[in-house]
Amino acid sequence: MKPILALLTLALFAAPAAAQDAQPTASQDLGAPVPTVGEVETIEQQDGGLTFTVTDESEWQDLGIAIPGFATDRDTPTPANSSGTAALGKELARVVFNDLKNNGLFKPVGPDALPQPTFPQITAPNWPTWSSRGAEMLVHGYVRARADNKLTVGCYLYDMALKSELVREGWVVEPADWRRAAHKCSDLVYSRLSGEDPFFDSRIAYIAETGPKGNRVKRLAIMDSDGANHRFITTGRSTALTPRFSPDYSKLLYLSYVDGNPRIYVYDIGSGRQSLVAETGNPTIAPRWSPDGRYILYSMAVAGNTDIYRVPAGGGQSVRLTDAPGIDIGGSYSPDGSQIVFESDRSGGQQIYVMNADGSNQRRISFFGGRAATPEWSPRGDQIAFTRIAGDFNIAVMSPNGRNMRTLTDGWQDEAPTWSPNGRIIQFFRTERGSGKASLWQVDLTGRNLRRLPTPVDASDPAWGPILP
Amino acid sequence: MKLRFATVALLAGTVALAACKKEPPESLPPEPAPTTSAPTPTGPTGPVLGTQEHFENAVNGQNVIYFDLDRYNVDSADMAALQTQAQYLAQYPNITITVEGHADERGTREYNLALGERRANSAKNYLVSLGVAANRIRTVSYGKERPAALGSNEAAWAQNRRAVSVVVN
Repeated sequence: MKPILALLTLALFAAPAAAQDAQPTASQDLGAPVPTVGEVETIEQQDGGLTFTVTDESEWQDLGIAIPGFATDRDTPTPANSSGTAALGKELARVVFNDLKNNGLFKPVGPDALPQPTFPQITAPNWPTWSSRGAEMLVHGYVRARADNKLTVGCYLYDMALKSELVREGWVVEPADWRRAAHKCSDLVYSRLSGEDPFFDSRIAYIAETGPKGNRVKRLAIMDSDGANHRFITTGRSTALTPRFSPDYSKLLYLSYVDGNPRIYVYDIGSGRQSLVAETGNPTIAPRWSPDGRYILYSMAVAGNTDIYRVPAGGGQSVRLTDAPGIDIGGSYSPDGSQIVFESDRSGGQQIYVMNADGSNQRRISFFGGRAATPEWSPRGDQIAFTRIAGDFNIAVMSPNGRNMRTLTDGWQDEAPTWSPNGRIIQFFRTERGSGKASLWQVDLTGRNLRRLPTPVDASDPAWGPILP
Repeated sequence: MKLRFATVALLAGTVALAACKKEPPESLPPEPAPTTSAPTPTGPTGPVLGTQEHFENAVNGQNVIYFDLDRYNVDSADMAALQTQAQYLAQYPNITITVEGHADERGTREYNLALGERRANSAKNYLVSLGVAANRIRTVSYGKERPAALGSNEAAWAQNRRAVSVVVN
């Protein structure tokens, strides 16, 4: 009854030597390969039983949720935690608590402020313990070490007023993937209570920055949505910019100066190899994936004139999509892949345009004061996020028809929005005036919940991937 | 740096491909040519032909041109500087250069890369119009990644909106 999904992680570590033999010149900035993404196999699905819908945002945001430590049937050694599964259970609950708390979701109380339930209580909560603390919702969970070293993690959400279970799910994960089970629990709770799609079990690619303003070292790096499992991909010998995860997380597109010129490479996470996206003698910048991962958009400058091109991800003939004399750059597909929103200065300054995926029917959609840059189509399709340049640089959203523009931030230079997998949160980077130091921030669509994401060093160019496969 | 000076004499006169050089300097400081273990082939005084220093001395520091905000056109001051560069290139037909295009920090990253490329090509096109062979001029854009002035004010930004000609060695 308990395990409903199984996480099977395959091909964790590829041989480091493989990184070197693919393309000697282009690989000289690469570090050791990093673990690939595990696969999820659905083995059983079951509805939560009760129907429970929350439509008003202000109400569910105020729900008090108790998240005590996850219980274990038997405290067992596990590679996931040197102190055993009991300590791991508390860590799992801390991850869920921090997921919800850091994103301004609900009013969670974590395991360090709550009593620890026993294993049998996970399916039969001791209601008075939690109602006396004013909890409206209760999260229970358990963790068990299996004979094969894998972990089974269960997650339960209870409604305290109804004294009944709202939803439950379970996962089998490799010990190294234990945090993914916690994020899946966060997603379960969030989705059930908000009615929104999940977003916690996802990753972010970005550029890690160190060094003085006049000589910044910029490295390609990846991390989980909460900043954990941080890894550097490049060594910093060459400037790396503007990464994008492929929809299946198997590859990264990014710009590198590794051969002295700005060129887009596609980096294969499993093998640690990379190759040029387009074999041209020209600068290629601003890489983007199509939603199905079959195509790559890139922008190429020929004799100083930049246009947008599309090439099959597996290689092949490039198709030129724009031919205006100005700078046409970037591009973000609508979720159905039928349209592309992009940036052009053909009218004299940076503005936002939409075209069909084949390049036809190009039309400007941004008509408000200032300039508009770096458009990104929401995964839900209902909004376009962009950088609004009107004195300062700020993150704004608008409808795909260009109406209902709203500015969400008020920094000196907030730039380059990227959407959460469910289209409810926008991440971007903020540059500090003077020092030039950059950091990652995120804001929800209300503009109320703005927060900085902790990163080991300065950070820019975030790209949020979809829900992990 | 020293190695570069030392090997310059060997490379001068050849059209060196840029691929072997990862990080072209924006402009080399006017430091003296190295003396240790460097087989300096020319006379005892002055910078060596084929070095950035020689070029900058000859064009009187006019190896950099500046652009207005969001612009990439070559104005009259830029033309004068580029004419000086073209004269140098006419005098030393074996020299090849890279024109580096830059933008100030007050722009989005990718657009600035495209803008830097456009500025570098403006400078290149004007040099070509003065008779310099196009295949002697390579361009590269650094966008806003390599500011020359580090402030966040109009004066610094004006210095950063630039195209820098660098001798390939």
